[in-house]
Amino acid sequence: MQKGKKIIAIGERDGVPGPVIAECLQGAGYEVIFQVTECFV
Amino acid sequence: MTQESIKPVRVGIEGIFYSLSHVPDLVRYGSKPLRELRANPALATELAQRLRDFSAATAYAPHQVYIGSIAPEKLRDLPKPWYEKLIEGATAQGRFGDIVNEDKFYALLAGADQFDLVSFDDKWFQAHAPGDLIGRAPRLRSLNEIQSVCDKGALPLCSGAQLVGAFEPAHAEDASLAAEVLLENLAAKATAAHSLRLALKQLALKPDDIDFVISCSEEAVGDRYNRGGGNLAKAIAEDVGCGNASGSDVKAFCAGPMYAMVHGASLIQAGVARKIAVVAGGSLAKLGMKFESHLRKKMPVLEDVLGSFAVVLSAAKPNQVCLRLDSAAFHPVRAGASPQAMAEFLVEKPLARLGMKLTNVDRYGVELHNPEITIPSGSGDVARTNYLTLAALAVMRGEIQKHQMEDFVRARGMLGYAPTQGHIPSAIVYLGHAMEALQSSAIRNALLIAKGSLFLGRMTQLSDGCSFLVDRNEV
Repeated sequence: MQKGKKIIAIGERDGVPGPVIAECLQGAGYEVIFQVTECFV
Repeated sequence: MTQESIKPVRVGIEGIFYSLSHVPDLVRYGSKPLRELRANPALATELAQRLRDFSAATAYAPHQVYIGSIAPEKLRDLPKPWYEKLIEGATAQGRFGDIVNEDKFYALLAGADQFDLVSFDDKWFQAHAPGDLIGRAPRLRSLNEIQSVCDKGALPLCSGAQLVGAFEPAHAEDASLAAEVLLENLAAKATAAHSLRLALKQLALKPDDIDFVISCSEEAVGDRYNRGGGNLAKAIAEDVGCGNASGSDVKAFCAGPMYAMVHGASLIQAGVARKIAVVAGGSLAKLGMKFESHLRKKMPVLEDVLGSFAVVLSAAKPNQVCLRLDSAAFHPVRAGASPQAMAEFLVEKPLARLGMKLTNVDRYGVELHNPEITIPSGSGDVARTNYLTLAALAVMRGEIQKHQMEDFVRARGMLGYAPTQGHIPSAIVYLGHAMEALQSSAIRNALLIAKGSLFLGRMTQLSDGCSFLVDRNEV
């Protein structure tokens, strides 16, 4: 069901970083078109 | 390994001085306001209405904690919102810090300028400049001349609604020497130099006593061929009159000050230098970083101060507060970027190396961002998140029970009180209070932990971090 769905993953340094979100979603079949980690302070 | 079997490696911390420069009329030159005001000039009126005056910034409880007038543990008992419940009788001089008003900041800026970048309206400057001018005499002009250079591209410097000065670019085509960049750099130099001057005065030291200065400010000094080339440290040393000193910079995003402390302590331990100043100036780019959220919430724009500090390090003396060089820990590349990995490598492993558990640390200094600034913008309570991560780690290690996490946070943590100046909140802000608590034996030790967001520079996906223990040299 997730196959072919496109995802933008925005992570946070003190929470879940972008690459971790991307890896999980790729494993579930999503296509991660962009991932980034941000620092909100 | 037990604590008793460890031979500690200590370097003395002689003292620290913190300063805040209250610069409401420079908020518009923070990176975020500058962009937003260019896109929507009408915002300027709303922003001006939400700027604080100096007395409100002075009586703001987090600032009183920052300069050492209120213990951080007391902050949780003070009524909120802190920006409304101001501290009665608050003064701008604390036990180990001060708050500088904008007029004095302008004078510091002019005094630190060797290239006639900044000039002031003659009449205004004579009427407002403080008596204790330091450094080079400012370049003074008529108001008409100031207006004229601003029309040609200089940044207007204001006091409220009044134009009082101008800041000029140093090169028409070099973006690294644009007025905005140079103002940022010179503000870092001037504020760091101010903190170092006051640190030396407090410790009854002469500038010539310092033989090396390390700057961990967050600017990028250099021209287009050397953007970020640096050594602001040496410029600061010169400004303060440290004629015997050289210097260099240590950069690591917000973790810079912690690395700078470890570098400085290592130079002393190795015998390369005898007395080192670790300094940082304020980050002008971060002024008003969350101003839109503050405007939406009808609260004052709280990011209106430049933070700075100066620490003096030397060989350890008996009973002195010391940096435990044998506790210094870094976040290795292989650790990954999760907060849990960060806690493991910056807390669990270095403590284990010293034969200590998490519960053997009396106080943790983490990233102590003021939650009143960050929560309205949706960034959460950074300090609390960090303390809960530590408490969770203590649960995982079986040192406390899950229901004791709040007690752990309360006993070993504190509320954040630092302005969102990046390198300033990152643990180093707690050192002054830690030193007082150690000297009075209120605590036996404190672990300072800072993180750095390396990924912001787009050179790596990694985060970073550095930690060390401070305790008293009881011999």
